[in-house]
Amino acid sequence: MCLRVYLFTSIMNRAYFFPFLLLFLALLLSLAIGSVFISPRELWNVLFGNGSETATSILWKIRLPRTVLIALTGAALGGSGATYQGLFRNPLADPFLIGIASGAGLGAVIAMSIEWPYSFWGLMAIPMAAFLAALLTVFIVYTLARVGQTIPTTNLILAGVAFSSFATSLTSFLMIRSTSEVRRALGWLLGGATQNNWTAILAMLPYLLVGLGILIFSGHALNLLQFGDDQAQQLGLNVSRAKRILLIASSLTTASAVAFSGIIGFVGLIVPHLIRLWFGPDYRRLLPLSVLGGATALLISDILARILIAPQEIPVGIITALAGAPFFLWVLRRSKNQGFW
Amino acid sequence: MLKIQSLSVSYGSRQILHQVSLDVASGEILALIGPNGAGKSTLIRAASGVIHYAGHVRTNGYDFAALSPIQRAKYIATVPQAVALPPAFTVWETVILGRTPYLGFLGQVSEKDEETARQSLERVNALHLAERRVGELSGGEQQRVLLARALCQSTPILLLDEPTAHLDLQYQVSLLELVTDLAHRDNLAVLIALHDLNLAAHYADRIALMVAGSIKAMGKPKEVLRPELIAEAYCLPVQVIPHPFLDVPLVLPEAKG
Repeated sequence: MCLRVYLFTSIMNRAYFFPFLLLFLALLLSLAIGSVFISPRELWNVLFGNGSETATSILWKIRLPRTVLIALTGAALGGSGATYQGLFRNPLADPFLIGIASGAGLGAVIAMSIEWPYSFWGLMAIPMAAFLAALLTVFIVYTLARVGQTIPTTNLILAGVAFSSFATSLTSFLMIRSTSEVRRALGWLLGGATQNNWTAILAMLPYLLVGLGILIFSGHALNLLQFGDDQAQQLGLNVSRAKRILLIASSLTTASAVAFSGIIGFVGLIVPHLIRLWFGPDYRRLLPLSVLGGATALLISDILARILIAPQEIPVGIITALAGAPFFLWVLRRSKNQGFW
Repeated sequence: MLKIQSLSVSYGSRQILHQVSLDVASGEILALIGPNGAGKSTLIRAASGVIHYAGHVRTNGYDFAALSPIQRAKYIATVPQAVALPPAFTVWETVILGRTPYLGFLGQVSEKDEETARQSLERVNALHLAERRVGELSGGEQQRVLLARALCQSTPILLLDEPTAHLDLQYQVSLLELVTDLAHRDNLAVLIALHDLNLAAHYADRIALMVAGSIKAMGKPKEVLRPELIAEAYCLPVQVIPHPFLDVPLVLPEAKG
């Protein structure tokens, strides 16, 4: 009952209206736009089982799984990005920049090169391998970057970049050594072309639901952590346990995104920042909004990836990096004077 | 009441606190004074449960070492030393964090929590600041907000770690007036680390003088603020004269020739 009331009041909160509306429009556009345009009217028909055969087939077999996968990936990146930023109390902690995405990618590739997942259980093992690698990455980067109780921005980025290049080169090495069939299949990791089928969605969903489910309700704990470990503990938070849970949940979430959508940078950086600028730093609102915003932002990037040089497609990671790198530099400049963080 | 019994703290091989024991009764203010590095902050942090210690911190039979952070936060609230607060948080978002030990399973805030937060802000005359961001506040206002957050925890014990550091005189006085009122009217047990000996003499019911991790003297201001004790603790000759019209001592450093 408490959960229902909470969800209800959260969703009915006016702050959520526009983000939900935007997400809905992005979902609609993503279903409509592609090599064949499907009008909203036709969408409606297909949904209720009386659309044309081509439209039905395109929608169920291609557009819908792709849209769902992109939306879930974006949601995962937005949610885990917001969490890492709060956890490290650092505006530049993004799953991509601090190397967690690359680490997870390496884990996924190792799982794939051992046995390419023709079977369902093989497929389920990929996100698990990505998750374990992501956890290991967090641990390594955190240990490398830490000075006493704090993690200076430069250290975090340096450790992240260094580990990220290491993981990426290992990944490339594994891909070069693998058979040509696997190599083609692994192309996803660098290109960001998504594996769009329902099985992939099914394999990622349990990890994502558990991870995001924990994160969405961690707003209060993250608020406490913004005041430093001492104050958080004095106010009643079991700091080490909370941090452990948050690290595991956000790594689970990142891993589920990377395992099937490849390494997509900057969504986890940009989205929480924009939300923070518009709605303030309260993580109880920031987290759910970053999840919604992440899904919307990645859907829009994916639509652009499809239409910019149609009929050819651009990997969605290129779009997010094109928008994200300048934004990263802007945040870096801005975080020097700590104005809104 | 707060009961600290033979409390010792070490960082590595260096022992910071040596067997410190003290009691603070409900309705009483005990001020911790002593030179920098004497262990005042360490004592406050240990009592608040954020660093490991040997010995006991108790209230009414509970040993705090056995309690979880959430349970502990229902008995002890701490106002930290002037710190950098996350500037974009509003005063309201900051103060409501004091309700952490009472929140529901998913961290949702009840109407009662909001009412307590409102009352706490009113108590420190900061209700009008509720919508402001903490980064925009003056040092004195920030300390009042942190005090409101501690009150929001509804605890019988209040710890303050040099809350008047870096404040102008009028803010030091108004904050300490407020703390005195909280102890004497709301019956809180207050342990407060203070820099200024004369403010301690004025506002504290009892004073504990700490030097090098131990308590050198404890008692009424007149009993502790004696020239020979203070001179030895601070390595500085001092004069102690009676206040012209209050029954408290005044400590003055002896002017050099």
